[in-house]
Amino acid sequence: MMEFFASGMQIFESTLRVSTPLLFAALGGLLSERAGVVNIALEGLMLAGGFGAAAVALSTHSPVAGAFGAIFCGAFFAFLYGIFVIELKADQIVAGTAFNLLAAGITPFLMKVLYDSSTSTPSLPLALRFQQAPIWASWMCLALVWAWLKFTPSGLWVRIAGEHPEALDSAGIRVKRVRWVSVILSGCLAGLGGASLSIFLASSFSRNMTAGRGFMALAALIFGKWKPIPTAVACLLFGFFDAMQIRLQGVVLWGSDPVPVQFIQILPYLVTILVLAGVVGQSRAPRSLGIPFQAK
Amino acid sequence: MNIFFQLSRTSRALLLSFSFLIAQGAFASQKIKIGLVLDKGGKDDKSFNSSAYQGAMRVKDELKSFVKYVEATDDNAFESILRSFAQKKTFDLIISIGVSQVDALKKVSLLFPKQNFAIVDGVVDSPNVRSLIFQEQEGSYLVGAIAGLTAIPDASGFIKVGFIGGMDIPLIRRFELGFAAGAEVEAKRNHHKIKVISNYVGITADSWNNPAKAKELAMSQYDSGVQVIFSAAGASNAGLFDAAEEKKKFAIGVDSNQNWVKPGRVLTSMVKRVDEAVYQTCKDVSESKFIGGTHHFGLADKGVDYTVDEFNRALLPPAVIARVEELRKEIISGKVQVPDYYKNRK
Repeated sequence: MMEFFASGMQIFESTLRVSTPLLFAALGGLLSERAGVVNIALEGLMLAGGFGAAAVALSTHSPVAGAFGAIFCGAFFAFLYGIFVIELKADQIVAGTAFNLLAAGITPFLMKVLYDSSTSTPSLPLALRFQQAPIWASWMCLALVWAWLKFTPSGLWVRIAGEHPEALDSAGIRVKRVRWVSVILSGCLAGLGGASLSIFLASSFSRNMTAGRGFMALAALIFGKWKPIPTAVACLLFGFFDAMQIRLQGVVLWGSDPVPVQFIQILPYLVTILVLAGVVGQSRAPRSLGIPFQAK
Repeated sequence: MNIFFQLSRTSRALLLSFSFLIAQGAFASQKIKIGLVLDKGGKDDKSFNSSAYQGAMRVKDELKSFVKYVEATDDNAFESILRSFAQKKTFDLIISIGVSQVDALKKVSLLFPKQNFAIVDGVVDSPNVRSLIFQEQEGSYLVGAIAGLTAIPDASGFIKVGFIGGMDIPLIRRFELGFAAGAEVEAKRNHHKIKVISNYVGITADSWNNPAKAKELAMSQYDSGVQVIFSAAGASNAGLFDAAEEKKKFAIGVDSNQNWVKPGRVLTSMVKRVDEAVYQTCKDVSESKFIGGTHHFGLADKGVDYTVDEFNRALLPPAVIARVEELRKEIISGKVQVPDYYKNRK
């Protein structure tokens, strides 16, 4: 019984750890998409943030500075993304994909230039990494985003910018400005998601280290119906299945052979598909999602 | 028509004399040109590819050769890289690093029968290809023995050791099987019960580059009482070392000597002398002794080994080293049979 309880605690801790980058990125995606801008570039924003965090933490010897570096890099990438999708009205899916490719290419390039290594940045010692702070920070961000969208007038503007931008416009609020703020904040949060990979869960930034987590975050966002708290629950669920998946490897469930690793490892994705394919019920995107706004 | 023919004849003569000049120059200095195609981990994975890269750098310095290296970003890139190297026709040897290049090299080596190739970790049965195979199970058996001899039984009387593989492929299963056998035999010899826990980072090529996942796997193994983890996961190994540092447990490195990465936490490393294999092959080419076929590197010729240096000497009691040296001799003489995943597979 004690052992069962102990492993339960370990799975809980592991779940919290694994879901932290997902939660940051999903919150970032939520802000952007609630304001009406599709953010398929989460993966790229995370890569930019993860690289920024590792590079700044290395040169300043401070993980906190690293986190700010991640925020800056994420915001900068989101700024570039905003120019294309908000100002130039590029197709948001295409631009987002392009940004993912850009981030996947530019980070190894910068690594090569700065550290003469195409695989990873130099490894950070224990003192220069976060131990638990990102977990708390991610849940605080959740509370802030939730309260902002629910209780403040500016939060209301964000929601309306994604539903009826014309109404917002006729009320005298500039839709583009609201979307700009949301997209930049989205970059900051996704950047922190990348930082929690490179200076919290690992000790360096390595090429493509997000390994699809940006898209998992996007799935969590849809699963959570674009609402902060259900989205966070979805992130936890994905984190839980990831943590379980680790512990189920090599376990004999029936017969004499263990379940093949290949089967165990599809669990998080299988859950995602099942959940998105119907268990979740109607999940409705913000009405003006993906439609560039043109003031009349 | 006539003019054209004459033109082509003069140009051919020119070309011939040029190539003669070039050939003479090459002969005088014995300079060779090597193309190195690294796997996705890249030259700085501190492990498998790093070892190959070091070998190539030694070739560059000692044999005064020209070395051009490329890192593939995904599996689909291998064929086009190999093709473009071969098409230049100026490389004396093109070396493929890693088992994931087997299919690409099979194709390309047939298309360019006059080009010399070498491949590490895979077999391509072609007269112009030298396949460099390592007996990973033998080295893994020795580090498994070290793990089984140094770990202390927990409250339930079990010695627990762990294995983390990168991508789940037969090559890595070979490490796992050798390691588990070494640990089990040695623990049982000391009348301890033993459990070997194995995990894999993933089933895609991403697995070599996912330290966050490897760390989570290592944490879960350490939490369940594992004291020593051997990991063969390329650049993902960094995650194991971080976990060992945080949990104050032990890790065993792979391919390159990784003892220095986290001094005091890395018990030893199972080295695979890819550098040596690369160097020897290049040397054969420079002495015009290159022939195809499969070359095996095992414990006997130090192609695989475990490492003891200033970073881990304090961690290994002399009795353990003495026993492992004894095992080395028994494996070489054939007294100890190490299970081989390639042969055990039906």
